[in-house]
Amino acid sequence: MKMKFSTLALAMGVMAVSSATFAAPPTAEMLANACAGCHGTHGSSAGPSMPSLAGQDKKVIVESMKHFKSGERPSTVMGRLAKGYTDADFEAMGDFFSKQKRAAAGVKLDAAKIKKGAAVAEKFCSRCHIEDGKEGKDGASVVAGQWLPYLQIQNDEYLSGKRKMVEKMEEKVKQLPNAKDDMDAAAHFYASQK
Amino acid sequence: MTLDRRSFIKLIGSASGAAAIAGAPMIAAAAEIMPKKGKRVVVVGGGYGGTIAAKYIRMFDKSIEVVLVERNDHFVSCPFSNLYIGGILKDLKPLTIKYDKLVKNHGIKLLQAEVTAIDPAAKKVVTSKGELSYDRLVMSPGIDFRLEEMKGYDAAAMELMPHAWKAGPQTVLLRKQLEAMKDGGTVVMSVPLAPYRCPPGPYERASMIAFYLKQHKPKSKLIMLDANPDVTSKGGLFKKGWKDNYADIFEYRGAKKVTEVDAKNRAVMIEGLEEVKGDVVNVIPPQRAGQIAVAAGLVGDDKNWCPVNATTFESTKHKDIHVIGDASVAGAMPKSGYSANSEAKVCAMNVVALMNDRETTELSGINTCYSYITDKEAVSVAAVYAVKEGKIVAVPNSGGVSPADFSAAKLEAIYAESWLKNILTEMST
Repeated sequence: MKMKFSTLALAMGVMAVSSATFAAPPTAEMLANACAGCHGTHGSSAGPSMPSLAGQDKKVIVESMKHFKSGERPSTVMGRLAKGYTDADFEAMGDFFSKQKRAAAGVKLDAAKIKKGAAVAEKFCSRCHIEDGKEGKDGASVVAGQWLPYLQIQNDEYLSGKRKMVEKMEEKVKQLPNAKDDMDAAAHFYASQK
Repeated sequence: MTLDRRSFIKLIGSASGAAAIAGAPMIAAAAEIMPKKGKRVVVVGGGYGGTIAAKYIRMFDKSIEVVLVERNDHFVSCPFSNLYIGGILKDLKPLTIKYDKLVKNHGIKLLQAEVTAIDPAAKKVVTSKGELSYDRLVMSPGIDFRLEEMKGYDAAAMELMPHAWKAGPQTVLLRKQLEAMKDGGTVVMSVPLAPYRCPPGPYERASMIAFYLKQHKPKSKLIMLDANPDVTSKGGLFKKGWKDNYADIFEYRGAKKVTEVDAKNRAVMIEGLEEVKGDVVNVIPPQRAGQIAVAAGLVGDDKNWCPVNATTFESTKHKDIHVIGDASVAGAMPKSGYSANSEAKVCAMNVVALMNDRETTELSGINTCYSYITDKEAVSVAAVYAVKEGKIVAVPNSGGVSPADFSAAKLEAIYAESWLKNILTEMST
């Protein structure tokens, strides 16, 4: 029966197939587009507490999703959502978002804090958050142009111990004269980068 | 009498000929308003689904002409409209989008008109401003009410007992009535049997009305009459939120189906057995797909909702017509704004594939939905969807609701604001 049908279809040159049966598995774009309702079209966020993913390092996205899934990184909805995907899905999403043009949040920021933050960043953060945060080295995230409120939530989670810092970051944070204010200033600096 | 368009085109021999003299006043009313030249998709409805479908089709394939037909010149979001009713938002501005940037950025053609009929055989949409031919049609008509199941609830009754289940003037009316009510008054809300638009919406609204009463009219009372046996979404969280915040003013009553209203007396009747009176009454009637989808024969055996293919969202009733958002039967995906957004992208990708004779791509979808309990606390539900054996299902062992102890509620209220900002920006730019 099945043979007959396909033979017939071939004979008739039938192009259309039932999409329910023969659709390709979700592509990177299909997976990533579903995220855009909260993270903005192509990962360029318009919501201050949700990070832009456009132009983020692929490794950072993949690691973050894995850590959300395992619970290693604290979250609200992200852990629940990450459980719906495989590592291969994370790779595909990471690949897609990392190739999008990085967005700049473009909010007004305190100039004095930016200035202070530039000095903090230069001295303590710039070895991994390289090129003024426009790139990340050894798994560090791209933070340039990221939303300040999002970065501040991360700082709170780091300092409260909810989110675990990588060893290198922990060492640097320990050296900060006033971790809370200094990290906030650094967040201002990175958020201000275009 | 007058010649219909197709006979007219036959007479003069070509469509371009028809276009050339379409300006003649006698013809204009019945003729194509935008003669179709190349590939065209018409999108009906400029809400959570339609705007995104129009945008993503253009993002995927600029060679496809997209005409978005919407009756209004703006759109007001239902998500967050409960915060306006609760007095937390001053006005509806943060919930309102216009179409100018969307249309300009993506080269979408906007037609502000009422769709009056659809002719699936001729592949035409009839609007108040004329007809439009399409290769494929995407319907995102939202919901209308099954008023025949709510005796006495007509247009006049809606002005006395607002539903506020389509955001806009009705939302404003409900808030005005709450503001005008005396302290010590009773607010009555009714919830229809599921499925209806936005499963947690009625319960968020109850929370927001209770929040308002607590702030401004603490001697008042809120009674919710729910046709469902129990809270249909985020049940444990809402109940904890109500117990912790509104126990003294809020009464929830399950399995109480309102079947009749007496608008003049601000009373509702529960299946002919019991009458409940209020000073302000918010009736959320039972729902079905938007009227135009019903008229076009897109609803299924239940006569209410539109069955679709789980990958392409193509109607199983009429080919070349796709239905997304609240109007469609999208398996496990709820009738929510975020679902509509997610469905629209899947639909757009596959409409473009079908129009280019390419292979379609299986759905991967998300729903993320926040509900406010107080002005500073919100709870959420989130899920990931995939297709299994032709049906949209939630991916096993994923998704779920906020922690039961409200430990994330303050943070989630902050995330909810960004949710709104992002999703409305996606729709309007």
